[in-house]
Amino acid sequence: MENKSYFSGLFSGIKSLCTGLKVTGRELFTKKVTERYPENRKNNTVSERFRGVLAMPHNENNEHKCVGCGICEMNCPNGTIKVESEMVEVDGKKKKQLVRYIYDHGSCIYCMLCTRSCPHGAITFQPEFESAVFSREALVKQLNKPGSKCAEKPAPARPAVAPKPATTADVTTPVAPAAPESDDKVAKLVAAAKKAADNAAAAKVAAEEAAAKAAAAPEDADLKAAADEAAAKAAKLAIVADNVAKKVAEAQA
Amino acid sequence: MFDFNIVTQWLDTLLMSFLPAWATVLIECVLVALAIITLYAVFAIVMIYMERKVCAWFQCRLGPDRVGPWGLLQVFCDVLKMMTKEIVNFRKTDQLLHRAAPFLVVTASMVTFSCLPWNKGAQIIDFNVGVFFFLAISSIGVVGILLAGWSANNKYSLIGAMRSGAQIISYELSIGMIMLAMICLTGTMSFSEICQQQENLGWNIIRGHVPAVLCFILYLIAGNAECNRGPFDMPEAESELTAGYHTEYSGMDFGYYYLAEYMNLFICAGIAATIFLGGWAAPLIPDWEMWNEIMLYVPGFVWFLMKVFFVLMLLLWERWTFPRLRIDQLLNLEWKYMLPMTMALLVVMAICVSFGFIWN
Repeated sequence: MENKSYFSGLFSGIKSLCTGLKVTGRELFTKKVTERYPENRKNNTVSERFRGVLAMPHNENNEHKCVGCGICEMNCPNGTIKVESEMVEVDGKKKKQLVRYIYDHGSCIYCMLCTRSCPHGAITFQPEFESAVFSREALVKQLNKPGSKCAEKPAPARPAVAPKPATTADVTTPVAPAAPESDDKVAKLVAAAKKAADNAAAAKVAAEEAAAKAAAAPEDADLKAAADEAAAKAAKLAIVADNVAKKVAEAQA
Repeated sequence: MFDFNIVTQWLDTLLMSFLPAWATVLIECVLVALAIITLYAVFAIVMIYMERKVCAWFQCRLGPDRVGPWGLLQVFCDVLKMMTKEIVNFRKTDQLLHRAAPFLVVTASMVTFSCLPWNKGAQIIDFNVGVFFFLAISSIGVVGILLAGWSANNKYSLIGAMRSGAQIISYELSIGMIMLAMICLTGTMSFSEICQQQENLGWNIIRGHVPAVLCFILYLIAGNAECNRGPFDMPEAESELTAGYHTEYSGMDFGYYYLAEYMNLFICAGIAATIFLGGWAAPLIPDWEMWNEIMLYVPGFVWFLMKVFFVLMLLLWERWTFPRLRIDQLLNLEWKYMLPMTMALLVVMAICVSFGFIWN
């Protein structure tokens, strides 16, 4: 604190005290924020962002978005989520399908790592807070409704990255159809190569975007770091894609 | 204006007609004592409820509203709790002083309480040096606080008591100076005469204009400090001294301190209302015959209570706005700012009075 002379200190002190009095004096007449909870539970509202309980939204056809990948289960710090899934054959393709999504409300710490990491946005937190029950067992809930199934993804699921890969994938994509072999292994490799190329392309797009952002705000160190990171990731993925392409070429040869 | 003397004199003559003089005096003393104790208890309860509600409003809350309608029974529950709690005595405390200290505090605040002029003719202690007597008797509370800290044999209590003693004695100087300035204006120390004068000549805060208004503001600051209330509640300092001088008290012994604190606040506001705002005097405006007639219909004690609660609101506003001062800042404020200012105000007031710069 700077040293003020006696009188200027006195007057600035009085001024700041009056500011304080003004604030509290205004507060005396504002609407009070207290919630009379049990009485107003009919029309009580809680913030949308409040983390009350984990839920899996279902649409009107009793369909959810969970594909049973188990990423939420892996991310959960204390084993609150158990994803039980099975492999089923759909149109000759093997596919993972959710059987039961078990959520133990009793051990949830509401960190939201599960909802953040869910690739399909299948789970959310609901602002319901009246969770008290009489036994621990009652807190263990199954989130997918009985008879529900995973919603079929609409056809243009990933159009954002698909048209782009021409730049990096042009090296590998012509190879794939050119391979006449019906060897399973080669087909798999080709698929892997395509995926790697896609990934690399996506990363490149992301890196370009980040770089553009960083260029727009040159003083923001965070954005610049993010752009550098994205660029590094793109380069890495490009190398991976190249490697896979080489492998494909070898296998085809 | 309703004169309470009619009631007291009627009672006195009634008792004297069939009782000897000593019995009359005895009965009157008992009645007065009962009145004081009842008023004391009632206003303590009102004060505690008001403090809770008003502090909640200042903090954008609702305050107690669970027990009874609008939480009205909350204070009664707390009093009941406090009265049924065990009074703990520790082996190494000074038993006699430890038990006596709360009574000293309560006695001091009750005697000052009876100095308040409630209505015309309704004043319990009233004589020619009333203001002086008030200042003297209110200092007895400090003795109780110091004794409490010393006898508890506890370093927190002792530190709290020392702080409280230093604080109260320092701020009493300011209060004394302010009182001197106002006595300069009124020319009398008797509370009843001060009130009567204000009914005839106008309230002191208007008569004394600038110096009186400044005195009033300084009195509000010094008064809060005198009552050991925030922002000057260093002696309690619950975070560092675990409650200060009343750490070792429990049950009703602690309750007395609590009671005395709130009643001291009430007394502080009552004295401010008497000295500055005219006590029971109605706000009369010269030449407004209708207005004055209506105002005189309102009994004096209503005026007095309205003024007291107005000052109480100001004190609570102050208390719930400012952050707590450190002990050195607190003494700095008194000795470097308040005391010189009040001394200067005394001189200004004396000049104003002697050269006739006052509105009558």
